[in-house]
Parts: sequence; structure tokens; C-alpha cells
Amino acid sequence: MTARRRGRRLRQTGWNIVGLVVFVVMVFPVFWMISTAFKTDDQIVGEKPTWLPLHPTLAHFRDAIDRPFFWDDVKNSLIVVSVTVAISIVLAFLAAVALARYRFGGRKLFVVLVIGIQMLPQAGLIIPLYVVLARYHQVNALSGLIVTYMTFVLPFCVWTLRGFLLGIPKDLEEAAMVDGSTRLGVFVKILLPLMGPGLVATSVFAFITTWNEYIFARVLLNDQQKQTVTVWLSYFLGSSRHTDWGALMAASTLTAIPVIVFFLLVQRRIAFGLTAGAVRG
Amino acid sequence: MAGIRLSGVTKTFGGVTAVDDVSLEIEDGEFLVLVGPSGCGKSTLLRMIAGLEEVTAGEIAIGDRDVTDLAPRSRDIAMVFQTYALYPHMTVRQNMGYGLKARRTPKAEIARRVDEVAELLGLAELLERRPAQLSGGQRQRVAMGRAIVRQPQAFLLDEPLSNLDAKLRVGMRASLAQLHQRLGVTTVYVTHDQTEAMTLGQRVAVLRDGKILQCDRPQALYASPNNLFIAAFIGSPAMNLVEATYEDGAVRFGQFSVPVGRPRAERRFVLGIRPESFEDAAFAPGLPTIRVQVTVLEELGSDAHVFFTVDAAPVTAEVLEAASDQGLLPGTGALFTARVDARTAARIGGTLELAVDPARFHYYDPVTGDRLSAAGAPELVAVP
Repeated sequence: MTARRRGRRLRQTGWNIVGLVVFVVMVFPVFWMISTAFKTDDQIVGEKPTWLPLHPTLAHFRDAIDRPFFWDDVKNSLIVVSVTVAISIVLAFLAAVALARYRFGGRKLFVVLVIGIQMLPQAGLIIPLYVVLARYHQVNALSGLIVTYMTFVLPFCVWTLRGFLLGIPKDLEEAAMVDGSTRLGVFVKILLPLMGPGLVATSVFAFITTWNEYIFARVLLNDQQKQTVTVWLSYFLGSSRHTDWGALMAASTLTAIPVIVFFLLVQRRIAFGLTAGAVRG
Repeated sequence: MAGIRLSGVTKTFGGVTAVDDVSLEIEDGEFLVLVGPSGCGKSTLLRMIAGLEEVTAGEIAIGDRDVTDLAPRSRDIAMVFQTYALYPHMTVRQNMGYGLKARRTPKAEIARRVDEVAELLGLAELLERRPAQLSGGQRQRVAMGRAIVRQPQAFLLDEPLSNLDAKLRVGMRASLAQLHQRLGVTTVYVTHDQTEAMTLGQRVAVLRDGKILQCDRPQALYASPNNLFIAAFIGSPAMNLVEATYEDGAVRFGQFSVPVGRPRAERRFVLGIRPESFEDAAFAPGLPTIRVQVTVLEELGSDAHVFFTVDAAPVTAEVLEAASDQGLLPGTGALFTARVDARTAARIGGTLELAVDPARFHYYDPVTGDRLSAAGAPELVAVP
């Protein structure tokens, strides 16, 4: 083996180690959450850490589910997420088509605003939003939360979908129009099928953002019966001097499941979606 | 099938005029080529005929119908795009049948026509594939097939061969000519490649800055280009152009002087000589000759290209920069090309006696670039 080859091999090994470290840092909290959820209370608070519960218990899960309002709040979360994502995707797709394909006055300004609004710190918006929503009796109502979520999910979707649309050659639409399609026909028969991966990828991100959101939900929803799961989860902490870590981790695991399932379902389409720009006639 | 009539068609984008008052009559069944350098407005003109660009002023008629304000789908034309624009999510069969389906043609009829055209273009084996699984040449044929299946009033082709490699391009060029002969559909073909224009077009319209400079049969365009731009643009190798003067019965350019039979009224002009108007003097007795220093020699087998410098400023008119796609060699002289017999004894660095036929000289106004007299007229030449 020459010195140069050995150098290359060493460098490669180095990078592999760095990659492994990053992987462990990313994955460990998730691993710890899940494994703790299955441990007994003794193992959780014991001085010697238990890495893998050899005799897993489901007690914490039972405990978590039995807490008040769990099913109410899961239902609330699902309503908020599905309505927000559905409305956002439909509106964003139409807006993105307009931005990517039509010329009109103020188009540039609109695009800049869409991305600019994303830069505002959300914490600064909470009070003004609360005041406005209160005026229209939308505080402590899921509809108010949905509108709030759309203020940041919608621009994000517009921005992402516009990117996907720009990757689809305009020639395709023009060819279809010359071939005899109306504008609507082009939209349904050409754009929609080609945008499939983009729409899926964008809704995944919208889903994850909305499902995991905590601060707005915490501020806007007061009734425990009307809250979302992330808020429900927060009640495990600090209610007394004692935190029930096992139940908290079990509840956290339960909360993460929908996101993971949804992601796994569409993950292959996303990988395809990321290369959507390579579509060439 | 139908002819296409453009009257005073103009297109402006913002303040820029892309197509400027173009009037053109394309006959039923004719193959017309729009050729010009990039940005000359040829694609815009084609897109206006297709209905993909709105017309700022003027009228477009296909057959007897004024289509100026009609949507593309109502014009009954088919278009082939430079990128082919095949629908990536559909099979070849679906791609070819799309136009018929959009027009609600019965399914059996669509299948019959697609099969027929696929057979004609050699695509029968590929009907169930997707565009991504096809080679460049196959995609090109599918794009053509999609147009043919429709049996439209006219074909509009926008640089359909420019994405193919050189060899395939020549083959497809011949196939296109054959197809047109067979189908006889009115065709408008846009290209920047003058060879394609010359070989395919029954008539060729040369565009520059949104205007048609000349529209004629390829032979006529080659024999008597009516201005300097076309002279430089049409022909490969390009016409040799140099500033020249007329004095005492001879045309002088650089160190050379060639006696011409007919006296000229103008004292100064741009002289144009096609490479094939030269010949190795050994094979062309009876013509005036010039003695040149051979700078480069390209032996092509069938003939040979002799390059030599002329001690005169090359024509640097802006019109030529737009027309010529060849890089200019640094230096003060103009580099001339002569096409001579393959048996020539010319050697690089040596001298060569070149015969030149003054009857085939082209003369252009150095300021306006307009042609100064009819070319090709037989002239009596005094042999020195």
C-alpha cells in the first residue's frame, strides 16, 4: 500500500467516524425516549443506567392513555392538522401555479413577502394574534388555531411548491395546449400528475410542522378538552415536585408515532420528489 | 391541410420589438424554413402562429380562418418542441394519443391511428415505454409521431433536431424531408442552422432583428443573397467578404487585383467571393489568377480547402458579427477560404496560383449592406 493510498483510507475512516458520531447524537434522544417508556420506575430512577429494558413493561403506556383528555386531544390534533394541511396545500398549489407560470404586477414583491414573513420570530406574533383572534371569538377554538397555523404553513407551502413547479418545463403545458387541452385540462392532466411527488413532500413537512407545534396551541387553547396533544404532553412536567418520567416518555412516544408512520408511508415518494427537477421531456 | 398567411404581424415585449411587421404567405403543403441567429425572433414568430404568444399587431390566418385571437387548441396545428416536451408520466402510446383524446376521438380510432403512425416511424416496439426509457433519437420520433397522429392543418417545428448528435441529425434531416414528401402537410420549421434550412426548405426566410430580410428558394438565396448579412449567413464554408475598390477595370482587394469585364459605377464596396468561385489554376484554365500564400490546408478527400490571408481589414460590420459563427483569428488580414480540386499541389506555407471567376463576384454597399447588382449574370472576362 502506498503512503498516498493509506492517507486516503485514513481520511475516509475519519469521515466515517464523524458521520457515526453525528448519527449517534441525532438518534440517541429518540432511542432513550423509547427505551425509557418501556422501563420500570426502578430502572428509570436507578443510579446505574439501564440501556435496554430486558423485561419491558407497558404500564407507562396504559398510564398515559388513561390520563384525562388523551383521546380528546388526539382528536383535536388530527382535526387541526388535517384541515390546516388540506386547505394550505390546495391554496398553495393554486398560488404557486400563479407565481411560477403567470406574469402579473407585484409578483416579485409577493414572492419576497412570502419568504420574508417566514423570517419573523413567531414569539413576537403571539400577543398580536391573540388580540385579533379574541376580537373574533376565535380564542379557545380549533378554528382560531387552524387560521394561526395557516399563517406560516401556507407561505411555506407556496414557496416549496413554486420550486417544484419551476422544475417542470413550461414546454409540456404548451405542448398540451397545442394538442387540444384547455388551461384546466393542462392543470389536471399534466401539472397535477407531475406535481404528485412535490405535493406529497410538501404536505409531509406541513403535517410535521403542524403536529409538533406547541407554543401557539398552548397560548390560544385554554380548555383541556380543546387542546392538542403537544399541550396535553406538557402536563406531565412539573405539575408537582415529581415528574413521572416513564409516563412522559410513553406519551412522547405515542405522540411521535403518527408523524413517523406518515413519513414512512410517503418516504419513497419524497425521495422521488427531490429529483422532480430532473423531469425532462 | 391549409396555407398560412401572416399580415403585418408584430410582437413587442415591454419596449422591445421581437417581431417587426412580418408579412408572409405560406402555401398549402409547402415546407418553409425560418432561419436566423439566436434572438432574431424566429421562435417568437412560430409561437405566435401556434397561439402560444399573443400578437401585438397584425393578423394570422390558417386556411380561410382568421386565427389571430384563437386559443392554441382551436387552431388545429401540431407543434414539435426543441425539448420534445413529451409527457414524462405517459407511455409513448398515451403521448401520441393525447391530442386525439383531448379532442374526444373514439378510443378505437385513436389506437388505429397511433399504431399506423408508430409503424411509419418505427416506434411500434416502443409504444408501452415511457419517455425516460427512450434514446434521444427515439424521443424525437415520438414527438414527430405525436404531431403526425393528429393530422393537423400544419406542422410547426421549433429546432426539432438541435438536441441530437451530429450524425443522428443528418439522418433525421433526411427522414423529415421524406416525411414531408409523403404527407404533404404545410410545415413551418425554425432553425438557426443554415445547412438545415438549405437542405429542408422549399423556401427559406432569413430573419434578423424581427424582420424577414429575404424569403426565397434555397438556390436563389445562395446564388444572390440580397444583403451582406444573408451573404455571410448562408453557405458553408461562408462567403469570403472583404472591403474592395474598383479602379481601371479591375477590382482590388488587399494585395490582389482581378480584372473584371463590366465597369462598375461604385468606387468602394464590399466584395463577396464564395469559396467554390476559386479553383487551383492548374484545373481551371482561362480564368484570371491570383498568387496566394497558403496558410492552412484542409484536405477533405472530395476537395480541399485552401486558407490564405488578404492584406485588407476584414469586414467588421456589425451585421457580420451576428451572422458568422466562426471565431475570427487575431490579426489584421482577412482570412479567405478557397475550395479547390482535391488533386491540388498546394502545401502549407507554399504559394499557389488560384483561378477566380469574376462573374461570380458579389458586391455590397459598405454602409447599408445592400446588394449592388444582380449576381450570376454572365460577364465576358478579359483573360490577362
